[in-house]
Amino acid sequence: MNVTAEGSKPRFGSVDEVREGLGRVGYLADDGLSGVVYLADRLAKPVLVEGPAGTGKTELAKSTALVLGARLIRLQCYEGLDEAKALYEWNYKKQLLRIQVEKGAEDEGRRPVGWDSLEEDLFSEEFLLARPLLEAIRATDPVVLLVDEIDRLEIETEALLLEVLSDYQVSIPELGTIRANQIPLVFLTSNNTRELSEALKRRCLFLHLDYPSLERERAIVLAKVPGVTGELADQIARIVRSLRSLDLKKHPSISETIDWARTLVLLGIESVDAETARSTLHILLKYRSDIEVAAKELAAASAP
Amino acid sequence: MLDVLTGFVAELRQAGLPVSVSEEADAAEAIGHLPLEDRQAIKFALGATLVKSANHWRAFDTAFEIYFSLRGPQFSVSPDDALPGEGGARLSGEGKGQAPSGAGGLEPVTPEEIAAMLYKALRDGDQALLAAVARLAVARYSAMEPGRPVGGTYYLYRTLRNLDLDGVLARLVNEARTAATGGADQRRDMGANERPGGPVLRGRRPGQLTRLEERLLEDEYHARIEELKKEIEAEIRRRLVADRGAEALARSVRKPLPEDVDFMHATRDELVAMRKAIQPLTRKLATRLARKRRHLRRGPLDFRSTMRHSLSYGGVPVEPRFKHPKQAKPEIWVIADISGSVAAFARFTLHLVHAIASQFSKVRSFVFIDGIDEVTDIFDRSETVSEAVHRVNVEADVVWVDGHSDYGHALSVFYERWGDEIGPKTSILLLGDARNNYHASQAWVIRELRHRARRVFWLNPEPRSYWGSGDSIVEQYSQYCDAAYECRNLRQLEAFVEHLT
Repeated sequence: MNVTAEGSKPRFGSVDEVREGLGRVGYLADDGLSGVVYLADRLAKPVLVEGPAGTGKTELAKSTALVLGARLIRLQCYEGLDEAKALYEWNYKKQLLRIQVEKGAEDEGRRPVGWDSLEEDLFSEEFLLARPLLEAIRATDPVVLLVDEIDRLEIETEALLLEVLSDYQVSIPELGTIRANQIPLVFLTSNNTRELSEALKRRCLFLHLDYPSLERERAIVLAKVPGVTGELADQIARIVRSLRSLDLKKHPSISETIDWARTLVLLGIESVDAETARSTLHILLKYRSDIEVAAKELAAASAP
Repeated sequence: MLDVLTGFVAELRQAGLPVSVSEEADAAEAIGHLPLEDRQAIKFALGATLVKSANHWRAFDTAFEIYFSLRGPQFSVSPDDALPGEGGARLSGEGKGQAPSGAGGLEPVTPEEIAAMLYKALRDGDQALLAAVARLAVARYSAMEPGRPVGGTYYLYRTLRNLDLDGVLARLVNEARTAATGGADQRRDMGANERPGGPVLRGRRPGQLTRLEERLLEDEYHARIEELKKEIEAEIRRRLVADRGAEALARSVRKPLPEDVDFMHATRDELVAMRKAIQPLTRKLATRLARKRRHLRRGPLDFRSTMRHSLSYGGVPVEPRFKHPKQAKPEIWVIADISGSVAAFARFTLHLVHAIASQFSKVRSFVFIDGIDEVTDIFDRSETVSEAVHRVNVEADVVWVDGHSDYGHALSVFYERWGDEIGPKTSILLLGDARNNYHASQAWVIRELRHRARRVFWLNPEPRSYWGSGDSIVEQYSQYCDAAYECRNLRQLEAFVEHLT
């Protein structure tokens, strides 16, 4: 079960190293998160990242790639994704051309190559179009594979991933099995719109990314928004926390918090009062009913 | 360590978490890569390898805290504070610096001192002091009895009642309010963190607190109080483990996962957890249903699309394309008993059905006890489903004589008033335990409904073995239904709704 490809060295020395590395590229990780990334490297297992939208799931993979100086290979999942788009595909057009060239040669009176060698030729790597999963397996340079929004895949298609994720290999009937040169770091993200299959979950390390704590959110705002003062960041984080405690259709995500902070900075606001909060709520909340509820809660007239 | 892990995994399985053998092996391997003394790191490693659903994290957390509570240097129990109630309690290491002098020695701490420390800890958000207060409070108030097989909720309740957190909260907010209106001179004397209001109001000009500021302040204190509660819980757990051992305790605190909680016997906390769990559930269900409809079966050949795709293979139609047939959405009527015994079940079902209303062409809801009333417009007028469900309980006119369930009367009135509007596309869901208080059943109504409607289902929140016992007459009704289901928890409810479309 445990695959250890020769020549793949551990990427990280310790949990702290992961956290510091991510911090350097502007991704603020907590202990749990960096611990899981560290283990993913050590155990050679994919990480399944789950959580509400906009909590930095995709960003985690991007940042990790940046830290490692690795190439990010991304497979965006959607309904109807199939083998040809995820794993590999034979380049039919090129194969047709090859056959036609062969025919042309025959017409000109040259000796034909013969079926056997032609077949071998047609189904060689030259005519293979590598799709993201195969590409990640075959890569010789360091890569990070991101399988985004895997919950959009149908449950039957999920099985496609299993071979790659557990054994880091792809079987192509005409060519045989292609094994990984090195074990890539794999991230799968899910918005949890459906339950993923047991088989898939079992092969992964599970990481649930939730909305951050007050301190972490403040630090994220400080790191991501140039020109924001400590006090404003603090206020923003507090207001967002209050909003998340309300019963809303969609709670403000981290990316929306950052957008809001950017807006406030652009508007030259140093301290948020009820009026500013109300007039800029539409950046944080995307449903009209949510905005109404929040405005009622936060921006009522001053207490007597 | 391996023994502990095996025991821990066994406990998780007992609690209902699906942990496979390979996951257990992964966990063992993961631990090997981490420093054993780092409790937090071990926790996350175990969490990442053993728990594969966010809903299960709570159960994991509880089990972990119990199994590993005695296994860190800072968590060890020294002999004299393992015996609660004797000679009050002492502060150990971490809290000393900030604590009032009275708490440092061996003599008992008075309630006033605890209250003062609690107030100070909450005001300043002082972690160490908060933990110290939690220890003191548990020692003083919980009055634990060694060997008693309880889960600790009782001790928690007793401790919290004595601390009067609501009173402290009101006092804190009040003080912040006066401090804000008071002049700047008074505040200059105090250090940045000692000022009431702490970080929220730092750097603020004096003046009245606005609603916004007050609200933020309250939320801040709430967060701190939550932290205190967690500390107290941890402290109680620590003492219980010291008293009775991890396995015995784990057995008594084991709780069903949110999706397995019985509707009819859920406690208030469990209902809250279920309400949280139903949100992602409805989202999931809606996506799945929409997808299912689209992919139900293949339609006729789509000639245009096939031709277009054949171009890339030189005109050979390698990939035939098909049209997706459109499937009509069902219309759904929910008729729910909302009398006391089954109210929770009715609430969740109404919530679920309305939350996925977009998957049906029309949803109408009726509620009854002994009278019946249509509540569809309450859902239309409300902004959120949870608000609507709440309003249904308050506004619907469902009592006819005495407010005891009378299925017969409710059903016959339903048939008279709305029976004609049932069409061949309508699916009808009847919710209730059919405990009719020995009134007439009027089961012919169901027979008539069945003739007019597409399908009629009965959902009963009671276990199947109770059906037909006592005044339950569900059999009389279900003989005319397409099917009757036992629907005791969210898992069964979800399975049913998926089956429905």
